[in-house]
Order: sequence, then C-alpha cells, then structure tokens
Amino acid sequence: MTSVPAVLRSEWTKIRTVSSTVWTLISALVVTVALGAALSAVLNSTFAELPEPQQATFDPTYTSFSGRVLGQLAMVVFGVLVVGSEYSSGMIRTSLAAVPRRGTFFFAKVLMAGVPALVVGLVTSFLAFFLGQALLGDHGTGIGEPNVLRAVIGNALYMTLIALFSMGVAAMLRSSILSLGILVPFFFLVSQILAAVPGAKEVAHYFPDQAGSRILRVVPDAMNSDAAPYGPWGGLGIMVLWVAAALLGGFLVLRKRDA
Amino acid sequence: MIEVEGLTKHFGRKVAVDDLSFQVRPGVVTGFLGPNGAGKSTTMRMMLDLDIPTGGSVRIDGRRYRELAEPLKHIGALLEAKAVHGGRSAYNNLLCLAQSNRIPASRVDEVLDMVGLTAVAGKKSKGFSLGMGQRLGIASALLGDPEILMFDEPVNGLDPEGIHWIRNLMKALANDGRTIFVSSHLMSEMALTADHLIVIGQGRLLADTSMADFIRENSRSYARLRSPDRERLKDVLHSAGFTVVDSDGGALEIDGATTEELGELAARDGIVLHELSAQRASLEEAFMQMTAESVEYHAHTGPEGDRPRPAWGLGGRDHQGEGA
Repeated sequence: MTSVPAVLRSEWTKIRTVSSTVWTLISALVVTVALGAALSAVLNSTFAELPEPQQATFDPTYTSFSGRVLGQLAMVVFGVLVVGSEYSSGMIRTSLAAVPRRGTFFFAKVLMAGVPALVVGLVTSFLAFFLGQALLGDHGTGIGEPNVLRAVIGNALYMTLIALFSMGVAAMLRSSILSLGILVPFFFLVSQILAAVPGAKEVAHYFPDQAGSRILRVVPDAMNSDAAPYGPWGGLGIMVLWVAAALLGGFLVLRKRDA
Repeated sequence: MIEVEGLTKHFGRKVAVDDLSFQVRPGVVTGFLGPNGAGKSTTMRMMLDLDIPTGGSVRIDGRRYRELAEPLKHIGALLEAKAVHGGRSAYNNLLCLAQSNRIPASRVDEVLDMVGLTAVAGKKSKGFSLGMGQRLGIASALLGDPEILMFDEPVNGLDPEGIHWIRNLMKALANDGRTIFVSSHLMSEMALTADHLIVIGQGRLLADTSMADFIRENSRSYARLRSPDRERLKDVLHSAGFTVVDSDGGALEIDGATTEELGELAARDGIVLHELSAQRASLEEAFMQMTAESVEYHAHTGPEGDRPRPAWGLGGRDHQGEGA
C-alpha cells in the first residue's frame, strides 16, 4: 500500500516550494483586510448620512468583511494553481507515476492545500474584524457579542471552502486558465449581479458563495439584504455540498481520464 | 521484467495501440522503435498506468503498476523533458518525488550529482535548457535506484555531448543488470545502444528480435559500378549471369557479387570503370521498408512511385554497416 504520510509530506513540499502559494495567500489576506478596513473607515465618517433603516440594521461585523468579494479571488487563484499547475507543466504524469493511487494523490493534495488556506483564513478574519471594528469607532461591535465569533470563524471557513471548491473545479477542467476564466468572472460578477436581480436571486441564493457568505451576517436581513430560505449554518452547509460535489467530480475525472 | 500482453488502446475510433504483446528482459537494452505516431509513447504511458488501456495488461515484475506501493523503487521513467513545475527548484522538484516514495533526501543530492546538475540544484527549472531538463528527468528516473528504467526518446533535442552521455549511461545501467527500455524513431540511435529490438508501426508489433539478428537479416550488401561504356558493361554482366539494377546517376547495382570478380570481368573485356565499390544498405532503409505501409504521415514530396519517406530522422547514413 502507498504510504499516506509519505504522500502528504510530498504534497506539503509541493505547496511550500512554489512562490505562487505565498503570493496568492498574502494577497487574500491583504486585500480582504485592507478593503474591509477602508470601507469601515468610510462608513464611520459617513454614518450619519445613511438612511434611517440602514442605520437601524447596520452590521459592523459584515462591514469589516467587505473585502471578501475581492479577497476571495486570490483564494480562487490559490486553489486553481495548486491543482492546475500539475497539468500546465505536464508534472501530473511524473506525479502519478510516483503515486499511482489517484485518490490518495488527489485528497493528499487537497488536504495539504486546505490547511494553509484555513490558517491564512483565520488570520485574515481576525485581523479584518479587529481592524475594521477599530476603524468603525463607536459604530463597531465586540467579539463577545452574540454571533460575532461565529461570523469571524465563518469567514475563515468561507475562504477555505472557496479554495477547496476551486481545486475541485481545476481538477475537473484540468487547466488553470480555463478554471480561472470561469471561476473569477463567476464569483466576481455573475453571482453578485444575479443575486441582485429579482427572479434570478431565488436561484442565486443557492450559489456556493451566496449561501456560504450568509454566515458572515450577524444582523439578519441587515442593510436591505434579502431574507434567505436558510440560516447561517444551513447556508454554509449548502456551500459544503458544492465543495464536496466539486472535489468528487475532480476525483472522478482524475481517476477516469488518461493523464 | 516487463510483460505486455494484448495491450490495446483506442482513442475514439482511432486505434493507437493494437493487441501488442512483448517482454522486456533484464540485463539488456531493449529498443522500442517506430515512426512518429506509431503508438510508442501511448504504450509507455499505459505501462505506467497513466493511460488506461482499452484492453490487455502490463505486468511489472509480475504485478500491475498501481499495485506497486512505492513504484519509483521498481521502475524509473523519463517520459518527456521538463515534466516538472518550472517555478520549483531542481532540488525541490526531486524532493517531492522522493518523499512520496519514502526515498531519503540524501538520494536527491546523489542523483543530481550523477546527472551533473549539482551546480544548478537550487535554480528554478523553468530556466533550464532542453538538455538540462532531460538530465533532471533522468535524475527523477534514477531516484529510487530502480531495477527497470524506461526512457521515451531520451536523445531528442540533445547536443552531441548530451547524446553521448545518455548512450553511455544506458549501457552502464544495463551492465548493472538492470532492465532498460528505450524508445526512439531513429534506427541509427538504436543500432548504437540497443541489444534487442521491438518495432511497432500503427500500434502493431512488426518485429521482436535481437539487434544482431536484425542486422544479419536486413543489411543487404551489393556492388556499385559506373562506366562510360554502360550498355556494353550491362551486356557483359548479363552474359556472366548477374542481375543488374539501374541506379541513380547512371550507376549499376549488382547483388551478391564481390568487387574482385566484377573488376576482373570488366578488365577481361577492356571496359573502363569510373567506380567500383562495395555497398551495404543502411539499417535505416531496412526500417523504412519494414514500416513503410504502417507510416501514418507520409511526406508527399516526390513524384508518383517515389520511395515512401517515413518519418525517420536523418542521420542514418553515417553509420552504414556499423555493428555488422
């Protein structure tokens, strides 16, 4: 039998020895934290100008995570490159010749990429939260308030799940360029736009990012957001199903196709 | 020992490999020869369980490839140059492979030294030349100190020094008693390195023979004559019972005759000769004939009836008769 710890070690070496790992994960952190901080600062200085209902349902936690929409793209790039670079370089054949058990190979890779994504996700979330709250001043909230810690941890899980989803998609499409060409516009544009269009938003509620990001909302239905047919954990559950489906699809493609 | 049995691969309706059966024995260099597109690389990928066969099986020391717990310790393969991540250093590319098969990291330094890449071990492999990439690929094949080594077109694109190095390496590895399986589309290359030959064309087995037998059976020897008095020479040769074939440039070719008897014959009748030479058909030509019907992509450059020009590379001429 293939030694699983040996394959995990090998995949960890692959992750830590390419510079794309460092710059994608740092981008995710910097973009998420910086944009959240900027928006928090802006909202703090213009809070009095907000319409009454928005002031009443203001969600300081969600506001400090405003950088998510852009920051998640760095996580997409990270996830796609972890898998896609095996194909673009032709290394997949060398890798599978060394580890012919394709399930072991694939899930070791996903696990070894998922761990740093989660660690960076946690650091990012706490940084974004505390910096955002500091900049929101009197309008901020505390980590001890109800559901706030859930949202902070939830943002870390969200970032990790986005990376894992991207790995599954890249394994199905077997190409970095193709995967990025689909995932980046989808998360940055398609999903955001459809979620705001009446009629389409009932479907968009079930998109992985829309469902998963529900856990970031501490004030339900805050700031004119629509009521979703699921709670915060239900939403994250939907996202987990998407991720599981993508990874399963990626694994099946890897197992069935010629390398 | 590699045993290939009834190996078949279809890509859609195209048959890439067609019921191929052969064995690769230890202690010798087995050459795997065929024109471009004959199915060599597909066969090699199936041997490593990278491509899934439509039918048939491959056994490595009696087992299927994916049943090998740490395959790099059984079989090392060079499939294509630069099948590595360009952003990773040569050392780290080898290190991830070594770790997956529980090969100590010290072995990485050893193989880098063997292929002469120690000086660039820390450099990113995307800056490597084709030759350096090929050496890195060979280093990864040698990592697990395997009994079986497989090289797909190892000399492609290499400079003469690199070609010389690979030839000697393969011979040294075979002398250690290892099983060497090397593909090429160049007969000239095989004649220099291989002890045994497996020839395929359009996915089918055309020959499975020792190199020595192949040379004995396929190298035709003949004499070549040129004379200003060509017609009279032909008559004299005919009446002496020789079969004369017209060749290019007004020359005549006679099978199975020595230059001595032909020279004496011409002298007896006072015919002036401008050329009298012993010739040996190249192995390259023998190969071209063997695979002519199975060559997939003919280059239609000549007029009708021109000799088929399969995709063998050049370079067959410079070793005429060598190894015979």
